[in-house]
Amino acid sequence: MKKPGWKELPDGGRIIKAGNADEYNTGDWRTFRPMWDQGKCTHCMICWITCPDSSIHAKDGKRLETDLDHCKGCGICAEICPTKCITMKKESDFI
Amino acid sequence: MKAKALSGAESVANAMRQIDPDVVPAYPITPQTDIMHAYAKFVADGVVSGELIRVESEHSAMSAAVGAGMAGARVMTATSANGLALMWEIVYIASSLRLPMCMAVVNRALSAPINIHCDHSDSMGCRDTGWMQMYAENNQESYENMIFGMKYAEKAKLPFMMCLDGFITSHGIEPVTLFEDEKVKAFLGEHKQDYPLLDVDNPTTVGPLDLFDYYFEHKRKQSEGMFLAKGIFLEVAKDFEATFGSKIDIFEKYHTDDADTVIVAMSSTCGTAKEVVDKLRVEGRKIGLLKLRLFRPFPSYELKEVLKGKKVIAVLDRCESFGAFGGPLFSEIRSALYEVSKPKICNYIYGLGGREIDMAMIESIFDEIEKYTTADIKDFVKYLGVRE
Repeated sequence: MKKPGWKELPDGGRIIKAGNADEYNTGDWRTFRPMWDQGKCTHCMICWITCPDSSIHAKDGKRLETDLDHCKGCGICAEICPTKCITMKKESDFI
Repeated sequence: MKAKALSGAESVANAMRQIDPDVVPAYPITPQTDIMHAYAKFVADGVVSGELIRVESEHSAMSAAVGAGMAGARVMTATSANGLALMWEIVYIASSLRLPMCMAVVNRALSAPINIHCDHSDSMGCRDTGWMQMYAENNQESYENMIFGMKYAEKAKLPFMMCLDGFITSHGIEPVTLFEDEKVKAFLGEHKQDYPLLDVDNPTTVGPLDLFDYYFEHKRKQSEGMFLAKGIFLEVAKDFEATFGSKIDIFEKYHTDDADTVIVAMSSTCGTAKEVVDKLRVEGRKIGLLKLRLFRPFPSYELKEVLKGKKVIAVLDRCESFGAFGGPLFSEIRSALYEVSKPKICNYIYGLGGREIDMAMIESIFDEIEKYTTADIKDFVKYLGVRE
């Protein structure tokens, strides 16, 4: 992506478009990846409500796959999960 | 309107009363305190509608000012010396956010050793913070600069420091002619902040993390804002003169047109210098005074034009810039003149910590620099009025 020149930027370093965090792939920072075992999941939604990056999405009361573009791999979901259906795996294992 | 006997601080407070800002966060410090005493009385008496927030420090005062300004409020405050130093972090943030506000800085020496009297080390110390700065000679100018500065800040979308000399101006009583309240209101109009945070339908982000990929562009844009502020100064000055019949200018030329030797100075010292110019002009000496009113944005082009062809210039700095070649005003003026004619130019550091500057001292400068029309300058930077 070509970055804008100084003349194109709003004054004062403002970000005038809301919801732009979506465009920033914080998933790049991740060292550990959460692995979700669907079979053990009870869809209690504790991980969904606890995720600090809103990277766990849900639809119709069911947990969906983790959004790996934005998940920073903090591991809170794995820690909090009552059925221990999330485990953290090193990113280097996927190379 | 009839003139009233007012101190400089009361003059500033009266400007604040007429501007009636939405929010004034302030913390007391000598000699700024008299402004806030007078303004707080206006608040207590119900003659203003704005909110005076009594914060726990100057750092908090500027933080509250930034918060209120970002929400969309018209904001003012005032401080001095160590108070300004404590504000510093947020002073820089206010300008970087392109937030207009008007702050009176009652110039006072910075510690240590502790001193409550006038010099310009406080506001000169933040000459690179991105605030616009004007320096007032007397009470009338302090009053007018405040009203001008509020509009100037809002037009330029930058914060404005109105500097007046501590005690000399802030506590000295002079006749001051106030404008009509209604005229001031009409001149300022309603403040419309860009993207106010209270506009919840159009949310924006203020002060996000900004690293090596964007920070430089944001600073370049800020720099351009300051550059454009020079043109805006002249526009608002024109409007000001049309409304109030009083002239706001970058500088005041006092017998400079045909002068061979000129003193450049700011603030209350100019009042003393004018008396000396009057006296020496009677004797037929071709000397003059250039009183600089606008220091930031620095009017380098305009100074170059007005000082072109002069034989000797003495720049007076009420501030030391440790380790630099002369005081800040000297080095900037010398730099502004580099490309054109190069008059002889020297620097006098004076008046630190409220040390008196009188007519005899200013006359001694004229005596000395007139000699330099033929002789070489020996010391470019001198300390005037210090005991050896």
